[in-house]
Amino acid sequence: MRELPVTDVQAAVRGLFLQINRRVSPDIEAAMRRALERETSPAARYVLTQLTDNYAAAAETGLPLCQDTGMAVCFLTVGQDVHFTGGSLTQAVEQGVRDAYIEGCFRKSIVSDPLFDRVNTGDNTPAVIHLSLVPGESVRILAMAKGFGSENMSRVFMLPPAAGEEGVLDAVVTAVREAGPNPCPPVIVGVGIGGDFETAPLMAKRATARPIGVHHPDARYAALEEKALERINRSMIGAAGIGGLTTALWVSAEYAPTHIAGMPVAVCICCHASRHAETVL
Amino acid sequence: MIRDLTLPLHKPAALPLRAGDLVTLSGVLYTARDAAHKRLINLLREGKPLPFPLKDQVIYYVGPSPAPAGLPIGSAGPTTSYRMDSYTPELLSLGLGGMIGKGRRSPEVIEAMRRYGAVYFGATGGAAALLARSVLSCEVIAFPDLGPEAVRRLTVERFPAIVLIDSMGNNLYEIGPAACTRRAER
Repeated sequence: MRELPVTDVQAAVRGLFLQINRRVSPDIEAAMRRALERETSPAARYVLTQLTDNYAAAAETGLPLCQDTGMAVCFLTVGQDVHFTGGSLTQAVEQGVRDAYIEGCFRKSIVSDPLFDRVNTGDNTPAVIHLSLVPGESVRILAMAKGFGSENMSRVFMLPPAAGEEGVLDAVVTAVREAGPNPCPPVIVGVGIGGDFETAPLMAKRATARPIGVHHPDARYAALEEKALERINRSMIGAAGIGGLTTALWVSAEYAPTHIAGMPVAVCICCHASRHAETVL
Repeated sequence: MIRDLTLPLHKPAALPLRAGDLVTLSGVLYTARDAAHKRLINLLREGKPLPFPLKDQVIYYVGPSPAPAGLPIGSAGPTTSYRMDSYTPELLSLGLGGMIGKGRRSPEVIEAMRRYGAVYFGATGGAAALLARSVLSCEVIAFPDLGPEAVRRLTVERFPAIVLIDSMGNNLYEIGPAACTRRAER
């Protein structure tokens, strides 16, 4: 049994959100620079140049990369031999988010009631927390700041098994095509296949955090990712949706066992400033 | 070529703009997004005056992040425009000259833009720290309780934008990808 003070979790969450809102991960920056190099449309080049210049502007000023600093999402993978001490784990995560958004001068975008009051909570909490238990005594924290320009374009398709690989590809391409310019392309696409109505989108969202260039270890799913990326980029939606060669930077798929009668497919669309980072305590 | 435009956007400057034109904007504009639009329309329903003039003015769909000490504004990129579509034709009918945002507009908005000679500009979504550099000053002029959604008056200098939909209804979201597809097929 390992004792872990919740203040350690709070500090880690604070640090992660301060970092991801200001600095894009190196794999995404490299992919964006490659997209600019190969782009031939002057308008798309105008956009991609601004986006790559934005990295330096954020670094120099300390401003967040995007004014929509997102809803704070934390995937906590907790070793079952960890005993959290000194308070509530959930409250520690919330406090870490609160600390980062206030200290970082990030936008507070959360309203307490989705339908009637829509009053801003003022500190970007509550966060969305996904907890899973695994063997061992370490704690892995994956933090994501998810903007809603792209979140609003994410989709769940409850496909029949007969839809097969073509059905999955169609679902992915349909989601990206219909989203068009809205989610700030070039996008990063996470695909969750299988599970049930709620596990598919969880897998899809988590998949958006996989580094660009890293395929699924199963060769069949890796090939599916390749095909989906190729078909998406054939759409020529391009950066900002105004026409261009790069509509998506990457597609990551994950799968899980499912029911004999179904094949859920979730497509999580993430903007080019896919803000996420992971740490292990 | 990048064309430099001055705000407010008077008709002689607005009408010749075409979808795909790269521009910079300098002058005064107003910010409003979902909640502020709802309130503006409510004010009109009640016959009350709006907090800013509409004639030839440009509304920027943005909810900036808070300004750190020493800067006029925080990050300030566009939000997705379709959420304002249900309110927009009425504002256009009252003289609104243009909008800055990102993403598609409804057929009703495009029809109203044609009728009243308005322009829809795109700012680059996610270039928010860079776009903040074009903002010289920022002042909340209405609905301060809305926080990031309050209406602000911004003075901007050489704010980079693209004409997405022009006053003839030409739409870069259709023309741009189609042109790239034709080039790729050649």
